[in-house]
This record gives sequence, structure tokens and C-alpha cells, in this order.
Amino acid sequence: MSHVLGNTWALTVSRMRLAMRNRAFLFFSLIMPLTFLFIYAGIFGRGRSEAVPYLLGEVLALTVMGSFWGLSVQLVTFREQGILRRFRVTPVGASAMLASSLVSNYFLTLPTIAIEFYLSRAVFHMAGLGNVLSIFVLVTIGTVTFASLGLIVASVTNTMQETQIINQIIWFVFLFISGATIPFPMLPRSVQSFALFLPATYLVSGLQRAMSERTPLVDLGMYLASLVGCALIAFIVSAQLFRWEPESKAPRQAKLWVAAAIVPFLLLGVWENLNGDLRSHAMKDLQSIREPYSIEH
Amino acid sequence: MLSGATIEVLNLTKRYGNVEALRGVSFAVNEGEVFGLLGPNGAGKTSTVEILEGLRTPDSGSVSVCGLDPQTSGAEYKYVMGAALQATALPDKMRVHEALDLFGSFYPRRRGTKELLGRFGLEEKRNAFYSQLSGGQKQRLALALALVNDPQVVFLDEPTAGLDPQVRREIYDIIEELKKEKKTILLTTHYIEEAEKLCDRVAIVDQGKVIALGTPRELKQRSAAVTRITVRMAKPETNGALGNLEGVTECRAEAEDYLLYSTRVPRTIVALVKHLEEQNNELVSLEISAPSLEDIFLELTGRRLRD
Repeated sequence: MSHVLGNTWALTVSRMRLAMRNRAFLFFSLIMPLTFLFIYAGIFGRGRSEAVPYLLGEVLALTVMGSFWGLSVQLVTFREQGILRRFRVTPVGASAMLASSLVSNYFLTLPTIAIEFYLSRAVFHMAGLGNVLSIFVLVTIGTVTFASLGLIVASVTNTMQETQIINQIIWFVFLFISGATIPFPMLPRSVQSFALFLPATYLVSGLQRAMSERTPLVDLGMYLASLVGCALIAFIVSAQLFRWEPESKAPRQAKLWVAAAIVPFLLLGVWENLNGDLRSHAMKDLQSIREPYSIEH
Repeated sequence: MLSGATIEVLNLTKRYGNVEALRGVSFAVNEGEVFGLLGPNGAGKTSTVEILEGLRTPDSGSVSVCGLDPQTSGAEYKYVMGAALQATALPDKMRVHEALDLFGSFYPRRRGTKELLGRFGLEEKRNAFYSQLSGGQKQRLALALALVNDPQVVFLDEPTAGLDPQVRREIYDIIEELKKEKKTILLTTHYIEEAEKLCDRVAIVDQGKVIALGTPRELKQRSAAVTRITVRMAKPETNGALGNLEGVTECRAEAEDYLLYSTRVPRTIVALVKHLEEQNNELVSLEISAPSLEDIFLELTGRRLRD
């Protein structure tokens, strides 16, 4: 067991180092989220400090959701280039390789989150920090969940091109109907009902509540449980489907296994649609900033 | 299974779709031996070595390395073996010393990065990115990685393929050093000189089968291939007497030279000298070419290794 942890850590450090040397990775994991912060707080929030916590919640969610692209996708490149084969003749197992994707993603996400908080305070004069514990736990679990979802896509796709196409589709769904770009209450009712089946929606809502309402961890239990469940299933499935060899292809039915990872959100989605309070919280949080959106109800 | 050998391979078969890559390959490699799998591309060398490395599963047959099954022994097996794959690839932005540090960290017993950099002539490149290395440097790094855990058994799959002659000689020197350290080495190659120079024993593989096995000397002796003696004389021969010298099976004139094919070289040379004295002729030059493994491969298969 200790050698698995040791190998995971060695791979994590190495992959973080490689990511820091990758300009594209730095752009998507640092520059782009900070650009979102300035656009949201500066343009949508018109620089008003009271609007920043709500908008920062969205930016934090976008940053965490970026783990979906992160180092999980790198594994596909490693497989295509035959790099994974070289690791296969060492004592490194699939779980260490996969876990290093999650851990390195997490450690690379934290500085961006810290910079976003710093800039929100220093540039946009945000008053509070929200519920720090809730935010920390949501960022941690969210990063692992979205990186795990990235792993499962990497496991069932055969080429980088295929991975990019599938990731783009899922990413755009996460981006536009989770509340991370268009506020949830402004989405049509039918789209809201669909969005309640997406992990991204709960991450956005959870972070907005933790920022705007200072919601304690205990009140976000259902969201967290679903994110953890999703991460666990995605990790286990991707470990089962992991392939070292460039020429080995994923069995066609394996692609359906992706669906297994969203089972917790299917259950949560049904419950939320029938009894949940996400809609009312989203409305309440949006009301807290009033401008730039004017909502009539 | 054969007993006492470090590597044992028995009746290995492997099929890829309709292609039968291995058709009952068997051999054993003793401790401290350098064993070569010699054959043309597609003969089944890489399939065999990749099964031994645990990268592929055989359809039938069995393999054992240091008493361990590569398929089921997990990390325990990885600790005793090192491998330089046919094509080693590392991330472009990984530095040379980082690669050695990283791969070394996977093993409880390891060689130091500094030692390996020195041994493989990579000190000056220690901070270079993998993408900045030449083909020879990449191959030296691949060999260094194969030895990072100080393994008992080393698999080298085409270690000099595609390298220029000077780099190839450098790699030969490294393998010679490993030989002195009594490492058990299995290498695959389609270079005759590599097999002859480096290997204690060679298995000639063709179309998924071992068609000959032994030391390079044994293989040559066992072969019906004859030795060629190239003779140049002061005065040309006209009476065809050279073809009747003892041991000569064939005699051909080629420009100013005579090519004598002999099965009994010492006797042929004695007879040649005697004949020259009788004819009052003089020997200008004489060259003896023993049959090579290439000749033996040709004799066994009717094809050249690089056909």
C-alpha cells in the first residue's frame, strides 16, 4: 500500500511540473479563470463589491469545473504517444496513474482559487470570504469529481480527437446550463429541470450559497454526497477501463459505463425536481446582487 | 519447464487476428547470459519479449523469469526486471535527470541518478528536455531507465535500431559492460554483427518459430555453409587446378581474385601454398571469410534477414 502512495506522489509531483511547463495548461487553468473574474466582477457586476461574492461563486465553479479538461486528458496523449507503455513496465499501477491526475489537478487548482479570492478582495473590495470551510470542501470535492469525470471520458475514448469532441460537448452543457454563466433563475423552466441532473449545477449552487449566504457545510450535505458518489464511481469505472497501450481500443459498450458515474445525480435530480430548494436558493442568491440582472417575480 | 534457467519460455503462441505471430516458441536463458533473438522484422521477436515484459498475454504456453510469472507477479516481478522497449517515449518537457529520479523512485532498490548520468554519458544533458535529445541520447536514456532499479534481468528490444554506427558502437560498449556485471540479458535484433558480437547464444526466429539455437560458433559449425577464401596471385591461373585443391567445393574467378569455397580451410590453405610453389607463382593477398549468421539464415530460410 505504501508503495502505491509513494508512486502516486512521485507521479503527482512530476505531472504538476510538466503541467507548469505547458503554456496551454497555464492558460486554461490560470489565465482564463482570472479573465472570467474580471469580466464577471468588472462588467456584469459593474465593479460593485456587494455583487462580487455571488459572481465569485460562479468563477470558482468555472475554475473547479476546469479540472474536467486538466490532467485527465493528458493521459490520452500519454497513451497515444506510447508514454504509458514505459510506465507499464515499472511497478506503477493504473490506480496510481489515475490518482496522480486527481491530486495534481487539485494542487494546481488551489493557487488559482487563492488568487481569485485575493483579487476579489484587493481589486473589487469584496467584504467577506463566505463560509470558508464550505468553500474549501466544495472546491476539494468538486475538483476531484470533475477530474474523475475527465478520467472516465479519457478511459472510453480512443484518440485525443475523440476526447476533445466529447469533452467540448459536455463542457458546453456544464458551462451554459449549470448557472455558471447564465444565472440559474434566468434559464427556462424546462432547462432548469434538465440542469438539476447535472453535477455542475450543484457545484455552482453550492459555491454561490457558500459565498452569498455563508451556508454551512451541513446544509450542503446532499450536494456533497452526490459529488463524492459521482467521483467514486467515475474513478472506479475509469480504473476498470484503463488502457496502457495505444492500440488497445475501448469496447463499444464501455462507453455506456460513463452513465454509471452520473447515477448519483440522476437520483438527486429527481429529488430536486420534486422537493428540492435549489431553485429558491438560486433566486435568493441572485436577488442579493440585484444588478446587473433585473429579475421580476 | 526447463530447470535452473533465469528465463524460461515454453511453447509460446500468440495470434493477432488472422496473423499467427508466435507458433510455439521455446528457449531458456541462463543466469548471466546474453541471449539474442535474431530475425527479420515481423518474425515474432518483439511479441516474445513483450510477453516476457508483461506487456502482452500469450494465447498459450508459459513463461517464467527468475521463477516469476510476468502476468501475475505484479510489482515483485517489476523489481527484478528492466526493459528498454522498442520505442521508448517520455513526455517532451521532462528533463533527463527528472526522468531518472522519477523512474528510480518507483523501486525500493535503485541506482543513483548521478551514477547513471555518468555511466551513460548524459551528464551534460542532465537538464535537457527529452524533446531536445538526439536519437542516440534518447536511446542511452532508455537504457539508463532500464537499469535504474539494478535489475537481475534486462530486456533490450532492438536497442540499436535506427542509430548511426558510432552510436551503435557506444550502445555495444554499454551492453558489454552489463555482460561483465553478469546481468542476464535478452536482446532482440535484426543486425547480424550485433548478435555475433554481443550474444553468448542466439535463437534465430522466423515466422513465429525458433529455427536454430546455439552459440554463434555452434550455429556456424552446424551449418553446411562454407568458408570463402579470396586469393590474389602474381600470375593468373589458367588450368583450373584451384578447384581441385583439397576441401574446395567451388572455385570462381572474380576480376583479379579467385574465390575458393572450402569446407576444410586449413587443408585448403596448405594445398594452395604447395600448388603455388609447384607453379612458381606468388601469393599477393589472401582473405578468409567465415560463414556469417546471415549465411546461416539464408541457408535455413532461403531469404536474407533484411528481405
